[in-house]
Amino acid sequence: MGMTAIEKILARNGDRKVVRPGDIVTVRVETSILFDNNLMDSVWREILEVQDPDKIVVVLDHRAPAAHILSAKAHKRGREFVRKFGIERFHDIGREQGISHALVADHGYGLPGTVLLCSDSHTCSAGVFNVAARGVGSPDITYSICKGETWFRVGETIRYDLEGKLPPGVFTKDLFLYMAGKYGNHATQNIEFGGSALPGLSMNARRTITTMGAELSVEFATFEPDDIMLDYVRARTDKPFEPQWPDEDANYLDRRTLRLDALEPLVALPDTVLNNSRTVGDVAGTAVDQAFIGSCANGTLDDLEIAARILDGRQVSRNTRLIVTPATQNIYREAMRLGYIQTIMEAGGVVTNATCGACGGGSMGVVGPGETCITASTRNFKGRMGDPSARIFMASPATVAASAIAGKIASPLGYFQ
Amino acid sequence: MTGGSNMVFHGRVWVAGDNINTDLILPITAYYLTIEEQPKFVFSANRPGWSDEVRKGDILIGGKNFGMGSSRPAARSLKNLGLACLVAESINGLFYRNAVNFAFPALEAPGVSALFREGETAEVSFEDFEVRNADTGTSCTAAPMPTPLLDILKAGGIYPLLEKEGKIAPVQKAS
Repeated sequence: MGMTAIEKILARNGDRKVVRPGDIVTVRVETSILFDNNLMDSVWREILEVQDPDKIVVVLDHRAPAAHILSAKAHKRGREFVRKFGIERFHDIGREQGISHALVADHGYGLPGTVLLCSDSHTCSAGVFNVAARGVGSPDITYSICKGETWFRVGETIRYDLEGKLPPGVFTKDLFLYMAGKYGNHATQNIEFGGSALPGLSMNARRTITTMGAELSVEFATFEPDDIMLDYVRARTDKPFEPQWPDEDANYLDRRTLRLDALEPLVALPDTVLNNSRTVGDVAGTAVDQAFIGSCANGTLDDLEIAARILDGRQVSRNTRLIVTPATQNIYREAMRLGYIQTIMEAGGVVTNATCGACGGGSMGVVGPGETCITASTRNFKGRMGDPSARIFMASPATVAASAIAGKIASPLGYFQ
Repeated sequence: MTGGSNMVFHGRVWVAGDNINTDLILPITAYYLTIEEQPKFVFSANRPGWSDEVRKGDILIGGKNFGMGSSRPAARSLKNLGLACLVAESINGLFYRNAVNFAFPALEAPGVSALFREGETAEVSFEDFEVRNADTGTSCTAAPMPTPLLDILKAGGIYPLLEKEGKIAPVQKAS
């Protein structure tokens, strides 16, 4: 019996011939990413010894620039840590600032076939590069920084084959909402993506799906390697790597086909994305106070392009505020060069610097009591973006932009005819 | 560790539903407070006042996908609230790691939520992984916690192990 892609990556990095669901494996960690939450007073434990400074990345992203004294202290601690251990890959406030998972993509930090850890739940994002990437806790990241290894409990894998082509106005965020709505949580399971639709999906479009894997409670979300992905990574790093394809006789718990042609714009109702998706039509007309496009899932250049295309020559409703947060300063600069930022701002959108920002309710777009927000970000838990009485609807950047113009939840399809 | 070295817990039961997320356990506003202050805000958005009712040694019975969401140290808040352990239908993998690493005993036991009503008494064994309702006599079997993880749990979590090896400094005054 063969192995799935994730099983092969874990076996390889754990020096084992085979791993099977149920195994506990200890594996080498190629990349450990520390970020500002790890550095907060209530979380940080002072590290005295690191296994290899070249395997560490430090990112200030959740509240960047610092939103309050607490985060300023965390940032200061990060700078001291980086200096003390001579860590070169440091993303401070400035030119290379951004959300860790998007920086991993921008800079080729996720080497196919390796293990990457970060103490942020959306670390599964890098699974798009055929990396065993997982969000862990602060104790785990401390351990991997000190020891260069970690443990995993191997779960069963569900294979998703993506077939066909997304209709105009429908995006991989809608595909995710379809999966979450139909299949619900995948706790203790891995998901693996492949299928004939891959050549038609950009790396940004794919990464939205792996990033959102955290919302399904997956252990790992990985894509089968293809030339588009391998070329993308090779353009960004000189380091060697060995991608892992699933065996032909891999043992999947289930194999599901997702037909992209059949999808339509979807919205998740407030508080969870699990078994909670509706068509835009079902909730159209719901007034929105805030519309947000950003985060590790939807702050890509593709997302900004879509927003700009819809907002071009139009105005955000007077009753709604639109906040747009590029995922990295690099994306921000590129979007400026292409004119997207100008277009979004002319339409009345507010474009912030790159940070997690409103997605985590940390700063720059916190929602108030009883408000309604439609968001293209990662998470819509009660209280996630601010006051617990606020309602957070989750959708694609296109649906959010269309809703910002209408001042109420609206379908983006009219903009794509 | 509560329950003594034999890892068998006996306590009053609280029941939580499916998909309990980390923002409910450790809201972002509480995340900014001290470790000691954080437990008071467990479930403040969905069950205000509950944290005041919890007594040391109580046991939490969860539904499916317990602890979904963020990497924040939500398991530590449940432990510091005084809960002896968690038994849930299924547990989010990241929450499970934090539970092991912060030495908060947690087990997955399909069928457990049908076994208990709030206020009843549970007996949870990390020796034979049996979960028993002491009031009704019904029981179910949990998935065993793998030995390497049980060892971390018994050591008091990851930090004491790293401290012993000289990899991290002893606890600072602030925490």
